[in-house]
Amino acid sequence: MLSRLAGMDAPLAILNTENKKGLALISAPLGYVIAMLAVPLAAILLISFWTQDFQTFDTTPTLNNYREAVTDPLYRELLFRSIRIAGLVTLVTVLLAFPIAYFISFHVAPSRKSLWLFLITIPFWTSYLIRVFLWKVILGFNGVLNSGLQTVGIIDEPLTFILYNANAVVITLAHAFAPFAILPIFVALEKIDRSLLEASQDLGESKLSTFFRVTLPLAMPGVVAAVLIVFIPTIGDYVTPRLVGGPDGLMIANMIQVQFLRLNNAPMGATLAVIAMVSVSLIALLFVALNRRYLRGPR
Amino acid sequence: MTALIDLKNVNKYYGDYHALRDVSLEIAQGEFFSLLGPSGCGKTTLLRTIAGFEDPSDGTLHIAGADMNGVPANARPTNMVFQSYAIFPHLTVAENVGFGLRKSPSSKTDKMKSVEEALEMVGLKGFGGRAAHALSGGQRQRVALARALILKPKVLLLDEPLSALDKKLREQMQSELRRLQRQVGITFILVTHDQEEALIMSDRVAVMFEGEIAQLADPQTLYKRPLSRKVGDFIGVMNFLPAAVRNATAIELDVAGLGPVTIAPDQAPSTAKTGPAEVGIRPEMMSILFEGEPDRETIAEGIIKDRAYYGDMTYYDVHLKNVDQPITISMKNIIGRPVLDIGDTARVSWDARSLVLFSD
Amino acid sequence: MKSLRTYAILYLIFLYAPIALLPIFAFNDATIIAFPLSGFTTQWFTELPQIPALIDSVKNSLYIAVITAILSTLLGICAARAAAKYTFRFKRPIMGFIMVPLVLPEIIVAVSLLVILLQLGLSLGAGTVIMGHVLICTPFCIAILNSAFQNLDPAMEEAAIDLGETPWSTFRLVTLPLVSPAIISALLISFTISLDEFIIAFFLTGTEPTLPVYLWSQLRFPARIPVVMALGTILVAGSILLLILAEMMRRRGLRRAGLQDKGGFL
Repeated sequence: MLSRLAGMDAPLAILNTENKKGLALISAPLGYVIAMLAVPLAAILLISFWTQDFQTFDTTPTLNNYREAVTDPLYRELLFRSIRIAGLVTLVTVLLAFPIAYFISFHVAPSRKSLWLFLITIPFWTSYLIRVFLWKVILGFNGVLNSGLQTVGIIDEPLTFILYNANAVVITLAHAFAPFAILPIFVALEKIDRSLLEASQDLGESKLSTFFRVTLPLAMPGVVAAVLIVFIPTIGDYVTPRLVGGPDGLMIANMIQVQFLRLNNAPMGATLAVIAMVSVSLIALLFVALNRRYLRGPR
Repeated sequence: MTALIDLKNVNKYYGDYHALRDVSLEIAQGEFFSLLGPSGCGKTTLLRTIAGFEDPSDGTLHIAGADMNGVPANARPTNMVFQSYAIFPHLTVAENVGFGLRKSPSSKTDKMKSVEEALEMVGLKGFGGRAAHALSGGQRQRVALARALILKPKVLLLDEPLSALDKKLREQMQSELRRLQRQVGITFILVTHDQEEALIMSDRVAVMFEGEIAQLADPQTLYKRPLSRKVGDFIGVMNFLPAAVRNATAIELDVAGLGPVTIAPDQAPSTAKTGPAEVGIRPEMMSILFEGEPDRETIAEGIIKDRAYYGDMTYYDVHLKNVDQPITISMKNIIGRPVLDIGDTARVSWDARSLVLFSD
Repeated sequence: MKSLRTYAILYLIFLYAPIALLPIFAFNDATIIAFPLSGFTTQWFTELPQIPALIDSVKNSLYIAVITAILSTLLGICAARAAAKYTFRFKRPIMGFIMVPLVLPEIIVAVSLLVILLQLGLSLGAGTVIMGHVLICTPFCIAILNSAFQNLDPAMEEAAIDLGETPWSTFRLVTLPLVSPAIISALLISFTISLDEFIIAFFLTGTEPTLPVYLWSQLRFPARIPVVMALGTILVAGSILLLILAEMMRRRGLRRAGLQDKGGFL
């Protein structure tokens, strides 16, 4: 009853008791997220304007950290590299994921869809650390790939361009975030009314042009979600660059960790974290804005 | 004798939205009562108010003489058959039917016996051990009925119980529900948007529009003497013709296409005044005279504009002289009666007793 | 569409290849992880129980994972119930906000928590790790529980009330049995996430490492790699087992509710 009324923009007075019960229930998880996320994030923002001398904070507000972060070529390089690698990872992951989502949605019998989805999500739930480490083992100088290829006789010398650089980071992260990209695209594809595709073909489009004129635009909300859900976490990834990145593959998260735990310079770490978050948010907003014509419509 | 259910001036507001407007209603013990209306007319809100799932904003509700103000749904002598049936999918059929007996003091064997009886009553003998989620739509409906009736409520509330069934099954369940109600003698209140269903099943029907009861009557009165054009239009098919009232006491009128008529007081509202008005007439209350059939006194001339052949019936749209809108006339396809063609002239006979005057 | 199917199978191989290597090298009789394989051994597995630091970290991780699973599932139940049953002001932004930890880079969550906890003077340990893990596990629990609560026909609860039950006994007799498969599945998923989580634990664990933090410390020593592979094999096998259990629970829940299966966890 009330959900129906809510749909027709029910006046707030009616919802008063509903309002209270709902807010009472939601207050526990909401309070937790405020205490454990919103307040700490605010603290990070605050500290980024401070300075630290060994263990004590100097709380005089200053922009020095930001000035340093922007001018120091090391920080700049790390930030740009993080954005570049995250962007590349996102591109590779989503491009590889789309055909899989399409295959499961359009060519797998409905009764077997959940089995496929389950198969795809399983690796995601197994220890992230171990998976990244396995890539190091696979891609290494004496690793599985090189030793395997040498045993079979395809190569004589070990391949060196695959470990301890940005390529290795991209491969490893694209692997780690695969299900994150597949699921939202799959959901968007499932929502497409199949008769729309028949209508397009009935109106003279070929299968291929139907894909580009109907299927792809309708799947865009899923693609946008996939891009965001891969891009945002990868930019702050710590384990992968550390294990397989080498010196040229390190990213901003590694520097944040160093500032906090090694150099005892929490304000600088906080500054880098703020800069990273702001950049991610700006890029994400820009991306959504560029795709907004696909995101409209009844949801 | 007092009514079993007595609602007085019940209003329900959702903020600014006035869902029930001053509803007063008395329902007798043993009656099969229907609330009929289009979606959003307040019929379900009224039913849920009786059940205790909604509180009236003002007004009173008495069931069997007891004031229901502040009595929660689980303490009212009412039970409900939900539109979705709400059969608990994690329980067996028997556990569903016996759900309401949990707190009853009777012994386990007695409880099992009453579950068996309830299942037998709805024609599901031997189904007790089945899983609820494996039932068909019709079977779910029966389980919902047995579950609600096992507590021997004073009132059984049915919220569109047949809307999810296909046509054949629906018709079968309609007569079964009627039979069951006579058998148990409990007051049934049925919410439906299907006017045919309401007419077939009910002792009395309340037609609701926009939170108000527009008319409360037995099915025949409702069909033959609707109080307003809106009710006449909602129930069955009705033709409307412009008319002018010449004399409001003797009730003489001029009806477009039909000419001067005099009608009886029960065919007109008590508030009838001289001046422009409207009359309604049902399609089957007029007939087209075929060749060889004896002439009647009241005849109107017209031309057939369209026809729809239904097998047992043919519906004609006839343009009467001096009337803008065509009227619909239904004719039974009896032996020897031809189906007329579009463009044919039609001689339409009618009867003054078939007319209803509306002044709204 | 043959080529698409072939691609899908190749993709699955790509997804599973690293994990498939785990048991191969865990049973390989060599300290170097490379082909050709040298021989079969169970030595690396038998070494595992003889490492006290490992045992301690496993105990610590299990403790953290159990508490995390319970707390985040409880929070998830509150949120999913509120979202499914009630209409309240700012519902969409509130629900969106609660799901934010799902997309935030974990390093941000970790450092911001670290800063605030240290400022509050709390000492780092299992408790602080639990705080962080509950934060990131709750959105997953909500995602799982949401569909279960949303699928619950409101008429079910009304029917129980109508048949004489109180709101509390209705929750116990009708609501809980119908959503319990989702609750178990949420418990299992959050348990798995907490057990595997590294970054937050790395920042907040203090002197008692969790299992992933212990593993991290071992990755530096080449001689320990075969043991790590053995441990990884056990961990991955355990995770897969828990996941299959969670998935079976989810499906059973759907069947119970008589609903069509519409896909995976998220």
